[in-house]
Amino acid sequence: MTAMLRLENVTSAYGAVEALRGVSVHVEKGEIVTLIGANGAGKSTLLMTIFGSPRARAGRVIFEGRDITGMPLHEIARAGIAQAPEGRRIFPRMSVRENLLMGAQSFGIDPAPGLEQAFTLFPRLKERESQRGGTLSGGEQQMLAIARALMSRPRLLLLDEPSLGLAPLVVRGIFSAIRTLNAETGLTVLLVEQNANQALRLAHRGYVLVTGRITLEGTGAELLARPEIRDAYLGTH
Amino acid sequence: MSGASRQPNGSHAGGVPHDDDGVPGPGEMGGIPRGPEAPAPRPPVIHALRDAGLAALVAAGLFVPLVGLRTDVGPAGGGLILRTRWADVAILVALVFTGRLAMNLWSAFRPAKRPRTALRAAQLTRIGTFVAPLFLGFAVLMPLLPWTTRYGLDLGVLVLTYVMLGWGLNIVVGLAGLLDLGYVAFYAVGAYTYALLSTTYGLSFWICLPLAGIFAAFAGVLLGFPVLRLRGDYLAIVTLAFGEIIRVVLLNWVSLTGGPNGISGIPRPSFFGLSFSAGGEPGSFADFFGLEPSPTHRAVFLYYLILVLALLTNWVTIRLRRQPLGRAWEALREDEIACRALGINVTNTKLTAFAIGAMFGGFAGAFFATRQAFVSPESFTFIESAIILAIVVLGGLGSQLGVAIAALVLIGGFEAFRDFEEYRMLVFGAAMVVIMVWRPRGLVSTRRPSVALGERKAISGDLVGEGHG
Repeated sequence: MTAMLRLENVTSAYGAVEALRGVSVHVEKGEIVTLIGANGAGKSTLLMTIFGSPRARAGRVIFEGRDITGMPLHEIARAGIAQAPEGRRIFPRMSVRENLLMGAQSFGIDPAPGLEQAFTLFPRLKERESQRGGTLSGGEQQMLAIARALMSRPRLLLLDEPSLGLAPLVVRGIFSAIRTLNAETGLTVLLVEQNANQALRLAHRGYVLVTGRITLEGTGAELLARPEIRDAYLGTH
Repeated sequence: MSGASRQPNGSHAGGVPHDDDGVPGPGEMGGIPRGPEAPAPRPPVIHALRDAGLAALVAAGLFVPLVGLRTDVGPAGGGLILRTRWADVAILVALVFTGRLAMNLWSAFRPAKRPRTALRAAQLTRIGTFVAPLFLGFAVLMPLLPWTTRYGLDLGVLVLTYVMLGWGLNIVVGLAGLLDLGYVAFYAVGAYTYALLSTTYGLSFWICLPLAGIFAAFAGVLLGFPVLRLRGDYLAIVTLAFGEIIRVVLLNWVSLTGGPNGISGIPRPSFFGLSFSAGGEPGSFADFFGLEPSPTHRAVFLYYLILVLALLTNWVTIRLRRQPLGRAWEALREDEIACRALGINVTNTKLTAFAIGAMFGGFAGAFFATRQAFVSPESFTFIESAIILAIVVLGGLGSQLGVAIAALVLIGGFEAFRDFEEYRMLVFGAAMVVIMVWRPRGLVSTRRPSVALGERKAISGDLVGEGHG
């Protein structure tokens, strides 16, 4: 079976600094895959490279059999990949509804089903519909960022540290929403996280990224059980 | 001055930095408690007296050498003699004391300030919905009012030109968030397009008007390409340079533009083929309608022409704001990275903003050329760009009504202070500082959602964070 998303020996760099050094990752249809690693390991770079910014210096990114390595950003989005970027990046002066509409904006699709899905998944957003994005709490902003990404009806969702700066209880809510999405709609998710414990519990499979290279790979449970993971990322000595 | 920023009662002086969520802290009201162990505040009157005394002391220290002692040339032409002016010093120190005291007492006993709430913003918006039609009605009727003089009419034309330029630049700066310091370049392109086409090929104003817009839009795209990757300060510098390049080209391409001599004898516009000649010969406006020939006819016509052009700019902007394109501009202003993540074609979005903004600048330029009948590079200096940008910023980025009011205040103010030529820029500068301190987001700083459920709610700019990303 061919993978939905496959990165083959991808190298990526900011100027002279190599952030990814020959990374190969694959994500199967319907999976939740997580990518864990320390600060500066290249997790976010990997997500951004899939999305074409920065471009891969070497190697290929293949999505559903198409080589998307050199595609313009907006065409990558149109191919069926959506992204909830790091730091949420909602539009602070636009209302929740406007934020959501922006998600469907450049795809020429009817936003109604997307809005309905967003409000079913996160009833909180329905309550806040006409409120400014900037006045939402951090957790609500993250919900909005995810819901906004889903507006384009993607087949693959890239999530960059959805737990960033959120209270544990809120993180649990967000993660359970991701699980629901995956189970009910079959959405494929690639999740980048520092919160290794919860991410690995959620994911089917995981990769460990250390200074631009994949050092470990396995199912979530496998990785959770490994002593080096426990030491390095789970803080249980 | 000593303790100028201190306030009595240990209260906080407002201006709380915004937190992560972009929601202002509980500033405004001023009462951030200092903890339970804070000492009981001194009685405000004593505090005020003490503080004013301190200020007077500092003032005395400053004024004794500065004002109290004065050197004059001695009577015999040789040497300097020292004169003392203690009375002046005493007056100045007394002024400082009373001024400071009054300030202290005012801040201690003034009625509790109401917090800026959404309610207040809603009130402002309600006022706005009345004010806008009022302004429009006045603008439409102005030339017909009996007490309108020729001077008033010309001033109206000038103000409306800047209103239009402000609205045009508002698309680029206010909506798309691209800081453009060279907007006057498009104004120049439009003016020269009309000047050259009409004097060389004898084309009429009505044919040249759209052409001027097209040429200016083309110049906008030309500027847009190199600056696609730039933001903020860098973008501002390049646009500034672009504005200067256009002006310098106009100045030095003597064979085409006449260089510093400019182009004169530009045809005036006609009213459906009827000219506005003073003689009233057959085929002129006055002759056709059987009116007494008068130069006022042309002035009135020009007034309505620029009014229509400005309203067209406004209408297109308002329409576009509700379209996906306008929403994409606003999203771009808010967060470019998020736009990329959502698959918005950032390149096209930016270029259309530059092109459409420039197009209206070009229209205004063609109007300028036909009104003046003369163009030269002198009319398109950086200060013009700065004034237009000031109108947009003072009016409140993205606010149509605010821009119109700012243009009226600024350009009208320029004229009103014409008698005080030397102090004009001083007053202008001071007014800008005052407005920016008092209303940091411009005169009209609310933004209504362009998409809303049921009732539209305006939210004051104060409630929303600035500069995320």
